[in-house]
Amino acid sequence: MSENIQIESALRNRIDSGKKALVVYITGGLGDDWTQTMHSVIDAGADVVEIGIPFSDPVMDGPIIQMANDSSIGSGSTPVTILNDLREESPAAPLAVMTYYNLAYRMGHERFASSLALAGISGCILPDLPLEEFEIWSEAAVSSKIETILLAAPTTPDERLVQICARSSGFVYAVGLLGVTGMRSELADSAIEIASRLKNVTTKPVLVGVGIGSPEQAVKACEVSDGVIVGSAVVQEMINGSSPEKVGELVSTFRVALDKNC
Amino acid sequence: MSLKNPNEKGRFGPFGGRYIPETLVPACHELEKSFVEAWADDSFREELDALLSDYAGRPSPVTECLNLSDELNCRLLLKREDLNHTGSHKINNVLGQALLAKRMGKKRLVAETGAGQHGVATATAAALLNLECCVYMGEVDVKRQELNVFRMKLLGAEVRSVESGSKTLKDAVNDAMRDWVATVEESYYCLGSVMGPHPYPWMVRTFHEVIGTEARMQCEEILGTTPDVVCACVGGGSNAIGIFSGFVDSDAELIGVEPAGGAAIGRGVPGVVHGMESFLMQDEFGQVLEAESISAGLDYPGVGPEHSYLSSTGRARYESVTDDEVIEAFQLLSRSEGLIPALEPAHALAWISREREYLAGKTVLLNLSGRGDKDVGQMMEILNV
Repeated sequence: MSENIQIESALRNRIDSGKKALVVYITGGLGDDWTQTMHSVIDAGADVVEIGIPFSDPVMDGPIIQMANDSSIGSGSTPVTILNDLREESPAAPLAVMTYYNLAYRMGHERFASSLALAGISGCILPDLPLEEFEIWSEAAVSSKIETILLAAPTTPDERLVQICARSSGFVYAVGLLGVTGMRSELADSAIEIASRLKNVTTKPVLVGVGIGSPEQAVKACEVSDGVIVGSAVVQEMINGSSPEKVGELVSTFRVALDKNC
Repeated sequence: MSLKNPNEKGRFGPFGGRYIPETLVPACHELEKSFVEAWADDSFREELDALLSDYAGRPSPVTECLNLSDELNCRLLLKREDLNHTGSHKINNVLGQALLAKRMGKKRLVAETGAGQHGVATATAAALLNLECCVYMGEVDVKRQELNVFRMKLLGAEVRSVESGSKTLKDAVNDAMRDWVATVEESYYCLGSVMGPHPYPWMVRTFHEVIGTEARMQCEEILGTTPDVVCACVGGGSNAIGIFSGFVDSDAELIGVEPAGGAAIGRGVPGVVHGMESFLMQDEFGQVLEAESISAGLDYPGVGPEHSYLSSTGRARYESVTDDEVIEAFQLLSRSEGLIPALEPAHALAWISREREYLAGKTVLLNLSGRGDKDVGQMMEILNV
């Protein structure tokens, strides 16, 4: 079992050194060498890796991650196989899973939380579990020392942002645009706006995700935020069948751009 | 006493709730507030009532089936939702929601559809109220319901074919929700059944309570009392909850009939998808299973949360029928009463036909939720005519 490093402290290490944090999303079980890809992404400078556990009905995801989901499930991946794969590994950065609530609900909150911990995972993101429904999961997560990262959206009113920041652990996930995951030609203005609104109400790390598809967009989002989450761009590379090294090269273009320009 | 309202968290007992991306949470809060205000506003209710009567043709009659009653040895009544404008009960909900969308200042309706009945109804209301309309429909359903696709286009709607997952209603809901996440400021999600996040199950039920209210009075007139059994098909469950609402406080036995290949209550366990906690067909890991039914309108692995609640309390009972039984029932009603039913309510009749011994001598009210014109092409192929 890998060492259980706290997500927030890993991000703070980067941020306190005057740099911007980089979280990279990869789809669990996508390709035989997906755990190698995870290591390669960490070597390339990801501070935290999000492992997507595929769900049949991912309403917050666009076509790229949907395709990756289908492909992973089609090759026999289940939450159990993905977590088992991770138990064999000792990644040099903390991990968070991103999945949908029904997988936790089905396994049982406590069992799901403890199986994440057993697989060396530090955090969890459930994009269809809003604040109002969060309590039952939160208790199980806390008792297994899992940090649950909550999402804040451009539509979220100010007073609700405060509540979300208070309950989120690890970091606050600022949804950069109105829409689902996927690459866009330009960074949405809403990415800067939501990051600023969050920075005004919290001292927790604020990272922008959804719609960050290029190093230039990452740099721009980091004008205000503490870092970014990059998903679809990386997963597209995995879908293309790129080697773990090649995926790592893509991630380093983000790392280099952030280190140089922010 | 009628059906209970959900609690402040949108729950019917343990079922319901609001499991949606944060982006949509404020929209659901706004919708709930707008619906509550509108429903308390006499002018909104009057406008809706006027549309339901002068445009949609309400009240729908109750027809006593003299021939079939003889054959089945029970007294069978049909609530004729098939006679509504657009050919099904769906128009009740859609007119309510479209008026609400207009009141909220929204410019565009987004909807999912299975058989196309809800899509056609939404496209109709959009045309009437001068709103844009975009309907998501699974690729499989686009093929088996091509007439309804053409109808929607004729009415000015855009129909988007959904090619992900099972390419049926479940995936159409996913894509409609993704559209809503991206366009929440200008779009109104016009959900077609008593499912989804709070307040939809409650609001859609409220718009369909007119079915039960009318049927209760009509039964009093015809039977002098309430029927022994009230029966309706259940996919998401909107027509069933509509008719149940009129009889939940009576002695009538309430029967919901699911397709064997999409029996969320019959074969599922509680789960969370499409914004709600309810019975759901899923595998041991929580992946949602694909439903398989002859009827595109019932081809859904979940069910509205209030049905899960009514099942758990025992107030309603849920049974399932096979596609073959449905094909028989479809022909039975056509031949014996001169009424070609939609495949969806043919499920309810299939149960009645199968249970004729149990129902002998009883009075049975069936909600004939839609007419069968849309299914005639599919039945031609199935029957090799």
